[in-house]
Amino acid sequence: MSAALLIDILLWGSVAGVGFIAWRRGRTVLVSSLREGSLEFANIMPRIAIGVVGSGYIAAVIPQEIITGWLGPDSGWLGVLTAVIAGAATPGGPVVGFSIGAVALKAGGGPPQVIAYVVAWALFAFQRVILWEIPFMPARFVWFRAAVSVPFPFLAAAIAMAIGKP
Amino acid sequence: MSDAPLKDPPPADDAAEAESPPGRVRKPIGWSMISILVLVLVCAALVYRRDGADGVIEILTHDLSLFGGILPRVLAGCLLGAFIAEILPHEKVSRSLGPKSGLKGLLIGTAFGAILPGGPFTAYPVAAALLTVGADFGATIALVVSWTLIGYGRAVAWELPIMGTEFTLWRIVISLPLPVLAGAFGRFVYARVYPNGAPE
Repeated sequence: MSAALLIDILLWGSVAGVGFIAWRRGRTVLVSSLREGSLEFANIMPRIAIGVVGSGYIAAVIPQEIITGWLGPDSGWLGVLTAVIAGAATPGGPVVGFSIGAVALKAGGGPPQVIAYVVAWALFAFQRVILWEIPFMPARFVWFRAAVSVPFPFLAAAIAMAIGKP
Repeated sequence: MSDAPLKDPPPADDAAEAESPPGRVRKPIGWSMISILVLVLVCAALVYRRDGADGVIEILTHDLSLFGGILPRVLAGCLLGAFIAEILPHEKVSRSLGPKSGLKGLLIGTAFGAILPGGPFTAYPVAAALLTVGADFGATIALVVSWTLIGYGRAVAWELPIMGTEFTLWRIVISLPLPVLAGAFGRFVYARVYPNGAPE
C-alpha cells in the first residue's frame, strides 16, 4: 500500500532526522534518547495491545445501523446533539466515520448536523481515544482535553448555520 | 451482519493514521486502562454469546495481526518522542508553549498540530513529549485538537475522497478557530480547577 509506505517513510525519516540531531549533540544524548524511547515502547506495548485487540470487540457490539439512524435528516439542535453523540460512539477509523457522514449527507441530513458529526468524531471517537490517546498521554490530560472539547462540535454547527455553508 | 464492515476497515485506518512520540512518567496500568480492560472483556463476552467462540477467535486473530503491523510504527513514534524531548531545550519550550505563552503559544501549538506528519502514532507521542518538557495543557490541547481537526493527513487521505471537496474545505474553514479556542478554554478551566498548579 503506497499510503502506508509513505507514512512509514515519513515517520522513520523524521526519526532519523531527530536522531541525527541528537547524535551531533553527542553520543550520550543519542544513547539516552534511544534507551528512553525503547523503555517507553516496552511500557506502552501492553496498553496498545489492550487497545488494538480490545477495540475490535467493542466495535463488534455497536451496530453501525444505529449510528446512521441517529444522523437523520435536518433536525435542528436536537439533530446536532444526536450527531455529536453518534460521532463519539462511531467505532472504527476514518473510513467508517467519513462514510457514515457521507451517507447522512446524501440521505438528506443537514450540513450543520453532519459538520457536528465529523467534528465530534474527530474530537471524541472512542476507539481512537482508547487505542492511542490514553496509552500515550497522561490520563488526566486526556479527560481534561475531552471535557473542554465538548462545546466545540456545537460551535462548529452554529458557525455552519450562520454562514449557510457547506 | 454488522460484523464485517466494522472489523475490516476501521483498525487498518487507525493504523494508517497513527504516529507520534511518547510521554514519560506514567504508571504502567492506571484506572483508565483497567476500565478499558473491563469494557473489552464485557464486549468480548457479548460477542461470545452472539457469535460463539469462532466469532471471538476471528476478531482476536484479525486484531493480533493488526497489532503486529502497528508495532514498528509505535516504536518509531516512541523514538521520535524521546529524541524530541531530548533535543528540545526545555526553557525554550516552556517559554513558547508554557502557561504564560499566551495567544502565541496557542497559535504555535495549532500550527504544529496542523503540520505534524503521520497519524496517531506520531501526534500523541509528540504531544506527550511536549507536555513533559514544559508545554502547558492549553497549548497541548491546541496541538491535539488542531491535529485531529485541521491536520492535512487525514483530510487528504480520507475526507476529501469520501466527503467531497466542498464539504471538506468548508469543514476545515469552520474548524480553523477551534484549536485556539479549545486551548484558551482549557487554560481558563485549568486555572480554576487547579488554582495552585498541577496536582501530582
